[in-house]
Amino acid sequence: MTATMSPEQAQPVAVESTGRRSSALRPGKSRVLTGVMVLYVIYTLIPLVWLVISATKTQTDLLSTAGLAPGHSFALFSNIKETLTYRDGIFLRWFANTLLYVVVGAGGATLLSTAAGYGLAKYRFPGRRAVFAVVLGAIAIPPTALAVPTFLMFSNMGLTNTVWAIIVPSLVSPFGLYLMWVYAEEAVPQELLEAARIDGAGEFRIFWTVSLRLLAPGVVTVLLFALVSTWNNYFLPLIMLSKPNLYPLTVGLTQWSNQAHGAGAHPVYNLVVTGSLLTIVPLIVVFFLLQRFWQSGLSAGSVKQ
Amino acid sequence: MKIGHRRRFRRLGLILAALTASTLILAGCGGSGGSGSANDSGGTKASPQALDAALKKGGTITYWTWTPSAEAQVKAFMVEYPNVKVNLVNAGTGNDHYTKLQNAIKAGSGAPDVAQIEYQALPQYALPGYLVDLRQYGLDSLESDYTPSTWRAVHVGDGLYGLPQDSGPMAMFYDKTVFDKYHIDVPKTWDEYTAAAKKLHAADPKEYITNDSGDPGFTTSMIWQAGGKPFTTDGKKVTINLQDEGSKKWTAVWNPLVQQGLVSQIPGWSDEWFKGLANGTIATMIYGAWMPGVFESSAPGGSGNWRVAPMPTYDGQPATAENGGSTESVIKQSKNPALAAAFVRWLNNGNGIKPFLEKGGFPATVKDLKDPSFVNKPDPYFGGQQVNQVLTAAADSVVPGWSYLPFELYANTIYGDTAGKAYQAKSDLNGGLQAWQDALVKYGNQQGFEVNK
Amino acid sequence: MSSAVQAVSHRRWWSNRDLRGWSFVAPFLAVFALVFLAPIGYAIYLSLYREQAFFGGKTFVGFGNYTDVFSDGKFWEGAVRVLLFLAVQVPIMLGLALAAALAIDSGRLRAPRVFRLVIFLPYAVPGVVAVLMWGYLYGTSFGLAADINHLLGTALQPLSGRWVLTSIVNIVTWEFVGYNMLIFYSALRTVPEDLYEAAALDGAGALRTVFSIKIPALRGAIVIATIFSIIGSFQLFNEPNILRNLVPNVINTNYTPNMYAYNLSFGGQQYNYSATVAIVMGVLTAIIAYVVQLRGSRDAL
Repeated sequence: MTATMSPEQAQPVAVESTGRRSSALRPGKSRVLTGVMVLYVIYTLIPLVWLVISATKTQTDLLSTAGLAPGHSFALFSNIKETLTYRDGIFLRWFANTLLYVVVGAGGATLLSTAAGYGLAKYRFPGRRAVFAVVLGAIAIPPTALAVPTFLMFSNMGLTNTVWAIIVPSLVSPFGLYLMWVYAEEAVPQELLEAARIDGAGEFRIFWTVSLRLLAPGVVTVLLFALVSTWNNYFLPLIMLSKPNLYPLTVGLTQWSNQAHGAGAHPVYNLVVTGSLLTIVPLIVVFFLLQRFWQSGLSAGSVKQ
Repeated sequence: MKIGHRRRFRRLGLILAALTASTLILAGCGGSGGSGSANDSGGTKASPQALDAALKKGGTITYWTWTPSAEAQVKAFMVEYPNVKVNLVNAGTGNDHYTKLQNAIKAGSGAPDVAQIEYQALPQYALPGYLVDLRQYGLDSLESDYTPSTWRAVHVGDGLYGLPQDSGPMAMFYDKTVFDKYHIDVPKTWDEYTAAAKKLHAADPKEYITNDSGDPGFTTSMIWQAGGKPFTTDGKKVTINLQDEGSKKWTAVWNPLVQQGLVSQIPGWSDEWFKGLANGTIATMIYGAWMPGVFESSAPGGSGNWRVAPMPTYDGQPATAENGGSTESVIKQSKNPALAAAFVRWLNNGNGIKPFLEKGGFPATVKDLKDPSFVNKPDPYFGGQQVNQVLTAAADSVVPGWSYLPFELYANTIYGDTAGKAYQAKSDLNGGLQAWQDALVKYGNQQGFEVNK
Repeated sequence: MSSAVQAVSHRRWWSNRDLRGWSFVAPFLAVFALVFLAPIGYAIYLSLYREQAFFGGKTFVGFGNYTDVFSDGKFWEGAVRVLLFLAVQVPIMLGLALAAALAIDSGRLRAPRVFRLVIFLPYAVPGVVAVLMWGYLYGTSFGLAADINHLLGTALQPLSGRWVLTSIVNIVTWEFVGYNMLIFYSALRTVPEDLYEAAALDGAGALRTVFSIKIPALRGAIVIATIFSIIGSFQLFNEPNILRNLVPNVINTNYTPNMYAYNLSFGGQQYNYSATVAIVMGVLTAIIAYVVQLRGSRDAL
């Protein structure tokens, strides 16, 4: 830790559930506000309740009982077992693939966009505005419509049907770039950088030791978004991969879902529903783990060091 | 120090520019890959013995399919021919499969050696020259092994682009409990069918004779059964007439059913549809002969309720059409086309048929369709009825002379934009078919065919 | 920007330290060039040609494809639809997200963490699964809509031609409120403590704190969220495309411009025309997003 931080920033703030505000400022709880939010939460949960209830049903019950009513038997555990063992346990393989794509892809995306957003926010170099225009212009073009050009290009580079076809594109998160850009403008005071420079610290060292921890809540937000979008990445792997061994969960589940179509139809709705539930659970866990970073707030981002 | 930094930036910029440029160049090369001409027969004529030699020599091939029996088939094949390794890949069902196949062919690499292709999609792959003409391996000598309708379905022009895997002569699957409950006789003609539809829906507004929310495969099969021949292709010349006699014959029956709300609008193959199969709200299904397998695997709740009867006809004389069905084809990208062709021969003309039938498939081979142990097998799902007696009889009464469009897959995609709209509005289906035709004529002419000229 | 500041920043442009900014940005840009710029370049190249799917024969047509797009009713039908979608959905979604973020940040909620988690949850649901779930709720034969109609005697038809766009608005809103809520929430976390203290000393009430401190502090985040929501709306694809399995006759292949481009290439193999549609749509989107950015925050970035 450098000596340049103001005491306020260096000192871990006492953290508890309602955030960082001192007790004098903490307002009372509002029942009306809580009530309104509860209504919204109910709306949010209805489809998910359907998913959870459905995951406890056998395929026969799924196709014969009302959606929000329980089935004749409680089949959650047999569904989970069947999901994990169907077709020699390919679900676990898809799970591992997804994990790989997420760790490398989302991790890399967060790193690249944090560095780039910070660079754009804190340095006044030529071409800065152009970066904004180019990135904005490029992401305005619908990626689904660029699927064929991208596929052909990757194919020529020998990247299709490899993990790189999924990982390399997920390394870019234009949204993460913008978010970090805006965030870094606010969160990293210019004076702090100047002070660190006067101390003789190099630019990269300043980034790693000073700026990064100030950016922590933003980084966590970008990481979360990158995690979720890589986890839910569907279209690109659908186009790029034809080996089921490389599929992520989304493509695999859709393939199971499509099994219900046409001659040779073999629907496995119970596995699709249970598999979907199993796909969501890890993200919820990650969210739980990450949320303490917002909890501690901006200035406490530097707590443990 | 300062200069060093600046240099580094220049270098980075250069690398960046080079990277962009090189990918652009690479990309530019991609477009021309994979195209070939339709008349390119690719290689010299070989004999069936060449296939035996290829099997003996061995090698590795890749096979893309979503057939449920594929795993068992490939396993059996590799036991029989230990020198050959078959990579079995399920690249998706239907459109997902075609998207990937199309991409791989266009990219010039990554396509399988052997791919499942539905009959309706075959011309779309055969015409641009993506498939190997199997006549060069003498497989045209197998003609007498197959039903005429499936043999015709694997031909595009004179070329033979696959061997039939299965067939789907249509029949009427009906829920006997519903018919018994409302004292309705099983209809033999479309007039009786319409009467049954009315009686059923009047007795209980939740009951429908069938569901049809507008499905191109069903529409074309129904026109086929009515004797229509809306699509003819001769080289580049294509004729589209969705207002021919057969088409109008079908719409005359189907218009009232749709317009009076006698058919359910539940889309086929949705979870609501499977519910309807199990709980008796959809009383009949007019589908191909592969349907019993679907029932057994997908609607266990309907077991014992369902029976099979011949498809209703216009005059009471047996007449039916094909609905669905696939072939296995050899992709021209294959580095070992002889071995691929030998595998196709084994799958659909050899020992591959047995595992296929065991998984509930419906064959295209005459020998198996006549086999008493197949024909007379009672089916417990259908209350012990010998369903194959009805279904194999249907295979004999397919109306001859049908062909699909060379761009049937595209036609299917835009069906909902045109003909499907008539279902939605409950308006005249003839208008919808006309709109479909107009869109297809326009597309065909843009793509270099001479449509209706 | 005052001229004095400009002069300072101008001098700084050439300082070595500021050039160093490039090295932070370069890795991102390198990958970006590979996965965004190169395919776009290729698409532009494609858009200048016309090739027949079955018989090959590439011909250079210059801007021929572009003039076709501009007079293509199918394209404009989809473009107008996404504009309508955007005008209705984006304000609703961002309004809800903003309200939720402020409520959670206000400290006046019981169990704020639970709300934050639950509202975020839908974003964690893959689009394919989300549509599967809503598809069930919308079902008028055996779904929740059927039950409601049965109980209340209503005639809800969420997937009929009249209501399907509203139903899509609902799904997209459900999915993305949590996402935008988090953007706003994490931006609220950057507001320095002393501002609140100052406001409290001034005797500012909760509402005044919201309008005089919180919302101004969120300005940059709101602009960003708006821009990305606009882009997302113009690229509307997943929800209608998956719903199309249920109602193929209600949702056209050209329901949105992105679906149109997709179906042109994967249904009709009209790669050249498809690329043109994509580029025209991209330019339109970029213009609108850029205008919003200019108007919204001349100095946020």
